[in-house]
Amino acid sequence: MKTNVKKIAMDGVITQNPTFKLVLGTCPTLALTTAAMNGIYMGMAVIFVLICSNVLISLLRKIIPNQVRIPAFVLIIATFVTVVRLLLDYFLPDLNDVLGLYLPLIVVNCIILARAESFASKNTVLASALDGLFTGIGFMIGLTVLGLVREILGQGAAFGLKLWSFKIEFFSSPAGAFFTYGVFIALFSFISSLIEKKRKLKLYAKLIESKQQNNTETECE
Amino acid sequence: MAQFLMIIVSAVFINNFVVVQFLGICPFLGVSKTTKSAFGMGLAVTFVMTLTCLITYPIYTYILVPLKIEFLEIIVFIFIIAALVQMIEMALKKFSPTLYRAMGIYLPLITTNCAVLGVAELVIDKAQIASLIGIAPSAMNIGFAVLYGLFAGVGFTLAIVLMSGLRGKIQRLPINKHLKGFPIAMIAACFIAMAFNVFALI
Repeated sequence: MKTNVKKIAMDGVITQNPTFKLVLGTCPTLALTTAAMNGIYMGMAVIFVLICSNVLISLLRKIIPNQVRIPAFVLIIATFVTVVRLLLDYFLPDLNDVLGLYLPLIVVNCIILARAESFASKNTVLASALDGLFTGIGFMIGLTVLGLVREILGQGAAFGLKLWSFKIEFFSSPAGAFFTYGVFIALFSFISSLIEKKRKLKLYAKLIESKQQNNTETECE
Repeated sequence: MAQFLMIIVSAVFINNFVVVQFLGICPFLGVSKTTKSAFGMGLAVTFVMTLTCLITYPIYTYILVPLKIEFLEIIVFIFIIAALVQMIEMALKKFSPTLYRAMGIYLPLITTNCAVLGVAELVIDKAQIASLIGIAPSAMNIGFAVLYGLFAGVGFTLAIVLMSGLRGKIQRLPINKHLKGFPIAMIAACFIAMAFNVFALI
């Protein structure tokens, strides 16, 4: 079976974007998007856990009995989260403080269990690793975009660099988190519906064209 | 007594689990369509959170710390929670069918609820929990842990019931199809968060 890299990439980053389309893993999304850098850190932690857990689950997919698969998946995910936590504790202790409670909570992040259940337990190792990578990138992009918007509006800064002194405190508060996220989901749905409409129109135009061609051909005969 | 009040105010209002600390957002958005289901979910979460604190706190302090295997806490906690939820479900089914009908269907969802793992992780972080409820880190004990778990659950119930009321009203309004569902729920949650923000200011 050939691995369709392009489809997996499109699904993970755009059409099945975990943040804006599936609305999974909302807790870290809302809590950590006060700054754009947080999104990148959290995204990297999630990418690591997703790839590792997807690969291991995919390797073991024929061994794990169906009845106990969920506890087995949770154990695998919890192991990799512990690994990330220990690594961060040793190499980047500051980062551990930034992510705080949300680092151990990657275990119960719906994205990872969802990918394990719906993709890794049914597909090959390579496809699962790619799926983990691209879904993680989709999550990271979502968090970073939201974080950037909130940082610019709420603190007048981008990626920690001061831009101007104008700021709206609302966007740094919890209420601003809900507001920005809500507006972004609506925008994402609006834009994807526009693209869908355009694609349908193009398809329709092509259909008519081919019909006309057929007609002319029959007329010639 | 003052300490007791401080825990209630801190856990329910100032550091409300849902709208200030962003824990348990999935059920907050998913199970808040009607007030009845929201209350059932809140009840189940409160119950599980209290019991989780009662079990995980001593296990961490008296088993993991003396053996110097604190780093295993995530794995241990998630298994305790999963086993606990399973046992509560069985016990309720056998001993209290009425209570089971009220919150039974929400119990399986709770294992992957970040609020429950969140509270277990929070009460063992002595410095953080002590600053949240205003006590010295060394004075932290199992009593405070269980109380915090209980009232964090009450705070969760309060937020989710408020949300269900708001959503009930929103459903009757004509809304743009792109805003329907999650986006409008998020914006409704934004107003609840603003209301809770007042407690942080005083």
